[in-house]
Amino acid sequence: MVEYFTQHILSFSIWLPVLAGIVVLLTANDSKPNATRWLALAGSIVSFAVTIPLYTHFNFAEGGFQFQEGFRWILSFNINYHLGVDGIAVPLILLTSFTTVIVVISAWEVIEKRVAQYMASFLIMSGLMIGVFSALDAILYYVFWEAMLIPLFLVIGIWGGQNRVYATIKFFLYTLLGSLLMLVAFIYLYHQTGSFEIVDYYKFPMSLNVQILIFLAFFAAFAVKIPMWPVHTWLPDAHVEAPTGGSVVLAAIALKLGGYSFLRFAMPIAPDAAHYLSGFMITLSLIAIVYIALVALVQKDMKKLIAYSSISHMGFVTLGFFIFNHLGLEGAMVQMVSHGFISAAMFLCVGVLYDRVHSRQIEAYGGVANTMPVFAAFAVLFAMANSGLPGTSGFVGEFMVILGAIQVNFWYAFLASFTLIFGAAYTLWMVKRVFYGEIANQHVAALKDINKREFFILAILALLVLALGVYPQPLTDMTNATVTQLLSHLAQSKLGVVAPVDMGL
Amino acid sequence: MTMQQIYLAIPLLPLLAAIIIGLFGRQLPRAAAHIVTIAGVAASFTLSLYVLNHAMTNAPYNETVYSWLKSGNFSFEIGFLIDRLSAMMMVVVTFVSLMVHIYTIGYMAEDKGYARFFSYISLFTFSMLMLVMSNNFMQLFFGWEAVGLVSYLLIGFWYTRPTAIYANLKAFLVNRVGDFGFLLGIGLVLFHFGSLDYAAVFSVAPQMADTKINLIGNASWSLMTVTCILLFIGAMGKSAQVPLHVWLPDSMEGPTPISALIHAATMVTAGIFMVARMSPLFELSSTALSFVLIIGSITALFMGFLGIIQNDIKRVVAYSTLSQLGYMTVALGASAYSVAIFHLMTHAFFKALLFLGAGAVIMGMHHDQDIRNMGNLKKYMPVTWITSLIGSLALIGTPFLSGFYSKDSIIEAAKFSTITGSGFAYFAVLTGVFVTAFYSFRMYFLVFHGKEKWREVKHENSHHDDDHQEHHHGLSPTDDPHEPGWVVKLPLILLAIPSLAIGYIAIEPMLYGEFFKGVIFVDAGAHPAMHELTHHWHTVFHSATGMAIHGLMTLPFLLAASGVGLAWFFYMKRPDIPAAIQMRFAGINRILENKYGFDSFNDRVFAAGSRFIGNKLWLIGDVKIIDGTLVNGTAHLIGKLSGIVRKLQSGLIYHYAFAMIIGVFFMLSFYSLKF
Repeated sequence: MVEYFTQHILSFSIWLPVLAGIVVLLTANDSKPNATRWLALAGSIVSFAVTIPLYTHFNFAEGGFQFQEGFRWILSFNINYHLGVDGIAVPLILLTSFTTVIVVISAWEVIEKRVAQYMASFLIMSGLMIGVFSALDAILYYVFWEAMLIPLFLVIGIWGGQNRVYATIKFFLYTLLGSLLMLVAFIYLYHQTGSFEIVDYYKFPMSLNVQILIFLAFFAAFAVKIPMWPVHTWLPDAHVEAPTGGSVVLAAIALKLGGYSFLRFAMPIAPDAAHYLSGFMITLSLIAIVYIALVALVQKDMKKLIAYSSISHMGFVTLGFFIFNHLGLEGAMVQMVSHGFISAAMFLCVGVLYDRVHSRQIEAYGGVANTMPVFAAFAVLFAMANSGLPGTSGFVGEFMVILGAIQVNFWYAFLASFTLIFGAAYTLWMVKRVFYGEIANQHVAALKDINKREFFILAILALLVLALGVYPQPLTDMTNATVTQLLSHLAQSKLGVVAPVDMGL
Repeated sequence: MTMQQIYLAIPLLPLLAAIIIGLFGRQLPRAAAHIVTIAGVAASFTLSLYVLNHAMTNAPYNETVYSWLKSGNFSFEIGFLIDRLSAMMMVVVTFVSLMVHIYTIGYMAEDKGYARFFSYISLFTFSMLMLVMSNNFMQLFFGWEAVGLVSYLLIGFWYTRPTAIYANLKAFLVNRVGDFGFLLGIGLVLFHFGSLDYAAVFSVAPQMADTKINLIGNASWSLMTVTCILLFIGAMGKSAQVPLHVWLPDSMEGPTPISALIHAATMVTAGIFMVARMSPLFELSSTALSFVLIIGSITALFMGFLGIIQNDIKRVVAYSTLSQLGYMTVALGASAYSVAIFHLMTHAFFKALLFLGAGAVIMGMHHDQDIRNMGNLKKYMPVTWITSLIGSLALIGTPFLSGFYSKDSIIEAAKFSTITGSGFAYFAVLTGVFVTAFYSFRMYFLVFHGKEKWREVKHENSHHDDDHQEHHHGLSPTDDPHEPGWVVKLPLILLAIPSLAIGYIAIEPMLYGEFFKGVIFVDAGAHPAMHELTHHWHTVFHSATGMAIHGLMTLPFLLAASGVGLAWFFYMKRPDIPAAIQMRFAGINRILENKYGFDSFNDRVFAAGSRFIGNKLWLIGDVKIIDGTLVNGTAHLIGKLSGIVRKLQSGLIYHYAFAMIIGVFFMLSFYSLKF
């Protein structure tokens, strides 16, 4: 049994939460929502627990895929159920399974209608997203990639706000267009190689023009997901309409699907195109960092502000990718994990206020620190992390990417560093208007400080934000070998290569 | 205990105290807040004294504590460099911090944020210690930002007051502008030196002196100049140099104890410390040093002028701090790094003393801060009076007092400096002496001498910066001010002692002895000021006593004395004259009252400009162009098309998604059948 488990850790990581979700759905009894909650919590914790061996049994010296497993799935199309993870996938899988626990706890008394469906959506989504991070077959990946959208659409569509239909359709349209082009790319690659194995694509030589087309097809899917400027406008709307848990998953994990996929597909499959288009990608990233930060400054809705802040922070991720050095790439990875904690915490904080006052507008608040001092302390901590304060995780990734960028071009770093000023400006100005000052109105006067459940989840996130800020090395130890291998792969041109070369991936 | 354990304990004890009080302060009895934190910082201070003593006879300690991050070929570490510079800074920081901790027991006695305040100042002590003990640029930046965080929290300590929460946001953002440059400077160091470790960087620096980099087109720039100026921009933020000085006067919104600790004695001098620490780099660029020198001169002179027209007791001291930071920066620019550090140290004592004295006055006046409502306090507050007099005399550079030795050395260094801008610097620091003496003693006379003006009609347009919310402002005309208790008086007395004597004791070892040997580097050939100063000491002064006696006959002393005399004449004898001058030169007065217009410029151009651009980008870029035209246009098109296939529309989005997956399989099947 133990042996069977250790050989199929990834399958357990994917299917256990899905199974848990289904069990929650089937056993749900609307008159006993508490039983459903406890069951969902147990499911999420067990699902988190089975992903832990991915860290404890990880071979840190190995840059290639580990924990591989699989079988032939659809023989006629040569589609395989092939799973495997490397140093850039494991941190994101752990982030996913961990965040699901947080989401389940955060929804505890907040969600009163259709508790089972809500909990099940997140459990199933968690498994499917882990599937995205561990699939080594393009079609398997694609199925997970599309399937995880269903529970996410459901979450926004059912438990969302007033304007949820507009937001969901906008989200759907964006992702649909991107995904279709990605599918075309997969079909082309299958046609050329006769395989859906991602590793085969890495070795497959292509002319620059073909690579550029392939790259752009992937770009359409991934740039929407991250999201990059100018295909970002679905995110603020989706966040505003999503319930708290939906926003948490969207920000903490769903955006990382895009970032991860650049590293898994677009860049290694079309390395020459990635280099060729790096100026373009860097330009979009820098626009995201500066332009979006300025837009965030003038937002009146807290969730929109944090959503724009997310886009700006994701600009660091894509900037880190396309400067093609170790600091940049690894910094981008750290930024993704750190943003997972910080954005989750920020959205949970907005949720805490929304649950009490039912408004996300900044002007509906003022002086919250007077009535919710403990909560205010957490909020200021996360705001500081969002502003990239050293000692918090928010600093590490930005620091690495800026130091990496300056080695490529001083002005990249110069523009990226504006985040130091603007990031602090929009975050702390919001803090000032919401938390500081005299008590603004009777809603704020009536606020009760966070309860034990809210304290617990914010405290865990706070500890993680601080731990990663004070000692990020365990994370980079994990990504180091893979990043090294990826960089050396990216440095090898596919142009003029006749025979497929074994990249050792 | 091994030395390494001692080094670790020094910052960690205050951190531990801050965490305990920060987390459990609300549950613990009130006294626990000060007992725990004072125990922590007192232990730190004692250990720091031991470390300083140890550093006098031992080689510097330079070790890694732990590896923070490894990425590719770069590694970033947390580690300590303990030499005499850091040991001295540790003693100064922990001593002033200890004094402020004790003083706070009295000053914050009635505040409901008592525990929170102690937690913050202990956290500050930790951060500042990490900054000065660092052996690398990254940890320096850590401490740098951490002290900024605590400063933010403490300026906004009374978070219900609009002025306080405006001031703390402003302080943080202006500092971030400095950090912007600082971070880019660190980035260039890592890129070109391959390490952020001080020792590694300094050892290869001389070989990099002639390295050129291209920033714009093909114009080549000296790497050292660009790097040093960027690093110095960081110092300009933290040490409040023009034009990044605008946050410091507003930071007076914080409680007075932290004005003494953070915004006078320690944090604001971090930039000075940093440049002195980087002397092996700055010595390689005379251009950067000129830049430093000129910025420092402007700050020293023009911020002093603003001190003249302030009526808020804290703001007078704040502008004097700005001006003194300018003096230190002038010393750095003149390559007299040890003089800058020497002035940093003496200033820490006498300026902390002046601030705590001002705080005692504010308490005595029942939180009225307007010096026009005071007078004759010497009768009611003798300890505050005497100690404030000592602080003021030290500040204006009275021979034998600590400020004399450091300030006169700066003036001499500016005189001997040969780099571009040194002529202006000499003029600025010399004029500054008169200005400093004038505004310091204007304040001193108005507060401690003359008529008891609170018994008359009050100035109501004054700031009441330090009031606690529940307090009634000001002293009623029939009341007498009272001197606060021993927790306030003791720190005043303990700070008065070094304000009197530390200069006399320390000048010879620190400036002309072995104290900074191997720590601070000066290229005497290119930058002879320090060499000339040493020569002067050995041929003319011979000793601290000699310097003081000689000082009685020099121009700075005459300027200081005439400043004091004029202040006495104007404000004790003929108060109609300054009023008349104010009327006659209304234009100049207005410029000074507007603080040269920096604040309104920043508000209108940078703050409003960012919001304006942000709004346009959002409403035109995102809403109108991207969403309005591209997204909704597409949606509209699809909507029209979908009218044709309306029957397939269920209106439920996940049906589409399901359909999409099924479609994928269908397409694949179709595809594979064909091949």
